[in-house]
Parts: sequence; C-alpha cells; structure tokens
Amino acid sequence: MAGRSIFDKIWEIHTVYEKEDGETLLYVDRHLTHEVTSPMAFEGLREKNRRVRRPDLTFAVTDHNVPTTDRLKPIRDELSAKQIAALERNTRDFGITLFDLYSPYQGIVHVIGPELGLTIPGITLVCGDSHTSTHGALGALAFGIGTSEGEHVLATQTLWLKKPRKMLITLDGKLSEGVTAKDVILWIIRNIGTGGGIGYIVEYDGEAIRRMNVEERMTLCNMAIEGGARTAIISPDEQVFNYVKGRPYAPADDEWGEALEYWKKIVSDPDAEYHKIIRFSVNKLEPQVTWGTNPAMTLGVSEEIPDPKDFDDPDERHAIERALDYMGLRPGTKITDIGVDVVFIGSCTNGRLTDLLDAARVALGRKVMHNVRAFVVPGSQLTKRTAERLGLHRIFIDAGFEWRNPGCSMCIAMNEDRLKPGERSASTSNRNFENRQGPGGRTHLVSPLMAAAAAVYGRFVDVRELDLPSREEVLEHAGGY
Amino acid sequence: MLEAIRVIEGKAAPLKLDNVDTDQIIPAEFLKILSKKGLGRYCFYRWRYNEDGSLKRDFILNDPRYSDASILIAGRNFGIGSSRENAVWALQDLGIRCVIAPSFGDIFYVNSIKNMLLCIKLPEEEVKMLQELAERETLVLKIDLEKNTIEFKDNIIRFEMNNVVRERFLQGLDEIELTLKNHIERIKKYEENMPGFMIPKPRRFVPY
Ligand code: SF4
Repeated sequence: MAGRSIFDKIWEIHTVYEKEDGETLLYVDRHLTHEVTSPMAFEGLREKNRRVRRPDLTFAVTDHNVPTTDRLKPIRDELSAKQIAALERNTRDFGITLFDLYSPYQGIVHVIGPELGLTIPGITLVCGDSHTSTHGALGALAFGIGTSEGEHVLATQTLWLKKPRKMLITLDGKLSEGVTAKDVILWIIRNIGTGGGIGYIVEYDGEAIRRMNVEERMTLCNMAIEGGARTAIISPDEQVFNYVKGRPYAPADDEWGEALEYWKKIVSDPDAEYHKIIRFSVNKLEPQVTWGTNPAMTLGVSEEIPDPKDFDDPDERHAIERALDYMGLRPGTKITDIGVDVVFIGSCTNGRLTDLLDAARVALGRKVMHNVRAFVVPGSQLTKRTAERLGLHRIFIDAGFEWRNPGCSMCIAMNEDRLKPGERSASTSNRNFENRQGPGGRTHLVSPLMAAAAAVYGRFVDVRELDLPSREEVLEHAGGY
Repeated sequence: MLEAIRVIEGKAAPLKLDNVDTDQIIPAEFLKILSKKGLGRYCFYRWRYNEDGSLKRDFILNDPRYSDASILIAGRNFGIGSSRENAVWALQDLGIRCVIAPSFGDIFYVNSIKNMLLCIKLPEEEVKMLQELAERETLVLKIDLEKNTIEFKDNIIRFEMNNVVRERFLQGLDEIELTLKNHIERIKKYEENMPGFMIPKPRRFVPY
C-alpha cells in the first residue's frame, strides 16, 4: 500500500461520514472566530433557535476592526464599535471564550491560535478567514471558510468538504543571508500564479523548510492561499513540539505524552503520493518585491518593472497595463528606484517575534527617513509584551518607528490605519490588491527586513548589501530585563 | 429558507478581467455592516464610483445596457482572495444570480453555493465567446440546471456540475438541518472517542 501524507491521515481520522460521491463530513477540533465574518452566522443560529454545539472548542477574538492606538479611548468608528459589541454579545449568549480588546491574549486570530497553544499538530481547525492556512505550519489541517460554513460548524461542529487534491512543494537548499520565508512564498506564487493552487492542499517539505523556525513556516503557509491553494500544511518535527510545549492551552502533564505519540504518527510517510510535485531550490533566491496588484506580480529586488509590450497574450498585456496604471509605475523602472511613503510591519503574515526581530536588525542604530511614516504593529498582546520585555520596542522607537497595539491594522485598513490616495507603501502583509490598504493606496509586499530597510532609505534597497547584526546580536544589544 | 432553483434566465454582462478578488467585489470598509441586505450598492464600489461619488463611465456594470443583467461572464480566478461571504451577498443584492467563468476562488465558490448564487465553470474559449457576444448585442441566457445546459439564440452549451451542488440548487435544502437530522448520532459517537488532549483547557497563564 502506498504511503499516506499528513493530510490523508488527519482527514481520515476526522471523517465522520463519507458520501458515495466523496463529499465528506469532517469533525472540527477548533473553530476560531472574529468580529467581521461571524455576526451573520450567529444571527442564523438565533433565527432557528439553535445552539453552539461545542463552545469549548470555539474561541473568539477581536482583531480586524480594532484601533492600534490608545485602547483606553472609546472606538471612534461607530460601525466598528457595533461589530465588536455584537461579538461580545454573541460570545456571551452562546458561552464562547472571547479574547476581547483588553485581554492579555488579544491579537490577530492566526497569531494567537499557535501562540496560545490552541493550534496543535494533528487537529482540524477552521476560521472565517482565508489566511487560516497559517496554522498548517504546526501540522494542523486548517481551512478558511465562509460565514454559512461557519454557521454549520457552530451548530454541528462539522464541515462538509470535498477532498482537495494534494500538491507537494519541496524546497531544497539554503537561503542566502537577507532572504526570508516571505521572499520564498512571494517567489512561489510568482511561479505558480494566483490560480496555480486552486483545488489543492499544498504540503511543504525539504531542507529549506526544516531549517526554518515555526514562525517562519507560518509565513510560508499563511500566503499559500494567495496562490489559490485551499490550505497548506507541514509535517511537524521537534521544533514544532518544542514550540507548542508549555503554551497556555496546549496539552500538559499526562496528556502531553499521549499527544506527542499521536503527533509523531501523523507525519507524512516518505512514500506518500501526491497529484502534483514541484521542486524548487532556494539557493539563488533574492529578496522579492511585488510591483502590481496581486501577489503573483512579483520581482526580485535586482529586476526592473516589466513592459506590457513584451507580452503577446492580450489579456496579460492588459492586466499589466492596468496594474502599472494603478501603481503609478513606468516600464523599465528599477525596483530600487521606487520610493515609499509608508512602511507597515505587522499582520498575520509577518507580525510575530521573528519578524519583529528581523525588522529590528535593520532598525538598530538607524533612523527612519524624515518623509516616511513607519509603524510596527505586533501581531498580538503576547508578542508585543515579549518584544517589550526583550527591549525591541526601544530599538524601533529610537529609530523613529511608531510602536502600536495589536490588530490587523493596515493589512486590511478597516480601522484608522490606512494609506491616503496615491501613497505608496512597503508592507509585510499579504495582499497588494487595489485599495486594500486604503482607497487609491499602492502596496508593495516585502519581508520585514526589506520593509524596515525601505523605511530607512525611503526607497527599496537590496538588504543583502547592508551590514546587519544577527538576531542574537540584536537581542544582546536590546538587553531586555 | 432558500428556494429551489431550476432555471435562471436573464441578461448577461461581460466582465473581462482575470483575478477579480473579493476585495474588489466588496471593499473591507463595508464589511462592518451587520446585514446581508442592501450590500449591492457597495458592490464593485471603487470600480463603479469616482472619488466625488459620481459613476465611473468606463465600468461595464455602469453601462445602462447592463443595468438589469443577472448573469456575469467573468475572467479567470473570479473571487480569489478574502473569504468574505459579503462578496456573494453583495453580488446577489445587485441582482446577479449566476457567474460564469473559467475558474473560481475556492472559498468564493463554496460561499456562492451556500447562498444559491450559481457559479458555472466553462472552458476559456466558451467564456470568451459569450463575453464577445454580450458585448456586441443583448445576450439573454437560459441556464437549465436539470439539463446542464446554457441556451441562447439557437445555441446550446453544456456545462458540468458536481451532483451534490446541483441537487442543492434543485432542492434548496437547509444544510444544517440535514446534517443534524442524518448524522447527529455519528457526530456524538465521534466525540465520545476523542482523546482528551484534543480538547483545549486553559492550564496556566503565561505572562512571558
Ligand atoms: S492580518 Fe490581514 S490577512 Fe491576517 S487576518 Fe488580519 S486582515 Fe486577514
């Protein structure tokens, strides 16, 4: 019998019922919710007089709408305040744990799941948010779902799914200094296209993955869905087990050993089969910068903006023309000649401690360019407090970055953090869609290293050319308490 | 309760763009509205309106010829990006009942089905042909879910559709009710066998 992948194993374990045509009723171990996509699901329950089947497996947090400035002031945006109040009422009425605005555990849903030990290997996890794929980095089978599906999970703790096809992406080699997980994923999307993963679940493996820490793997899984994939997953290893151990909601005491035994069994077999296998070497990869209006429109930092004239396919030419027009860029411009107005370091892609440390490698001993607005929005309260304990915030503040409170912030611009029309940003988030960071705003997606460097130089620079301290040196210098 | 749908007949509008993401279908600022109704006026907001609130002349759905269109003929990867179901609600509130495209974002596709917004995948050449027809003249399509056909003028195109999806449209079922009715015993049994470590318990506060 052929070997099975981690996905096959988790899928099988969680199958409650399978119809003849393959449609499968899957049990859901964790349901994470937030204020924006949940209200209508709870409304649906109320209308039908239904209850939440497993409040103990359901967790809620406010993250998308929340202000990143002073939390003690009332929320100025009336609609945001209403939506946050709705989540408070819904979680109270249905008996669900809520990490509200003032909770020490508040943060972006995909940051707090792993951080609190709610996300563990071998579970199924869903959330009304496309970037739920992030949790796959720990070896969880995680799906982003819509509001109707969310209502189904609330009421039944299960979800109907058709088994996706399996794609294995093996990453060989070693990243050069200055090149990060973010560059790898932007480059993958550039190669497979925004639709390349549609219908697939992506599994990552290979030497480059095993070298990455768990937070870096989360960056890689987080953006898999920008390549169209249903979700992403990585077989857990010692690094993951060490990461999970001791977290507030993680298995502990006698349950730890039992969990560990299970986790070691669910990793992919060496002879597992896939519908599609892609192999990349990351050895020669350079830092990546998006230039257009979807994440596949990506270039290496040494490259130049494409010329629509070089493309034969009329649709492609039209798409490039349209993107250039929106982005206010001319063909042939060097990436390193593009100036930025705003720098955003944060989001569920790059708002974790590793990311803040990377940004601090650049910020240490440097200053943000006078005409650039730069801010750091930690992904969660725990991340923020850890960074502060380590002294990282002082590095940022000294360099002229604003040090904010956790939330989605400028990743989605639902609060007050947003670009003005025509402004250009270097952003560590995951979407460069038109108007994503504010009406008329122009977004370039980059790694935290590249974003921080853009803040210092007021334009994109190749971080490989900078003399940067290591993460350890930064920590030593920050010398927290 | 969702109503069963057998036939959709209506005017088609061509939206000749690939990779239309759900951020464009409904911008994030309108996700704060606590209702499914009335979202149509915000659908494709930035493509429909100028800064000063006037209509953008060059956007296809602003063309009076298509103001009563109920079928959208779109490009590749329609509905990629954010999981927001509001994109489906907004399209429906605008009067759209069916989207035809070569491919769809996965979550958008599922969200559409749950709300009975029909999504039909057709080969790219056929989509292009329909788009061009709809550009040239008024194109009325009759989509028959029982026969899996799209009829227009004297032509018929066949499309493929997963049976589960088709049944959903033909019967208009309440999925939650069905799951609870048919599978509750299985769910309970599953839960009885769940290992204890699968259930999260707050063990300790880690202040870091
Ligand atoms: S940070 Fe951005 S992508 Fe992540 S959950 Fe928030 S809005 Fe979504």
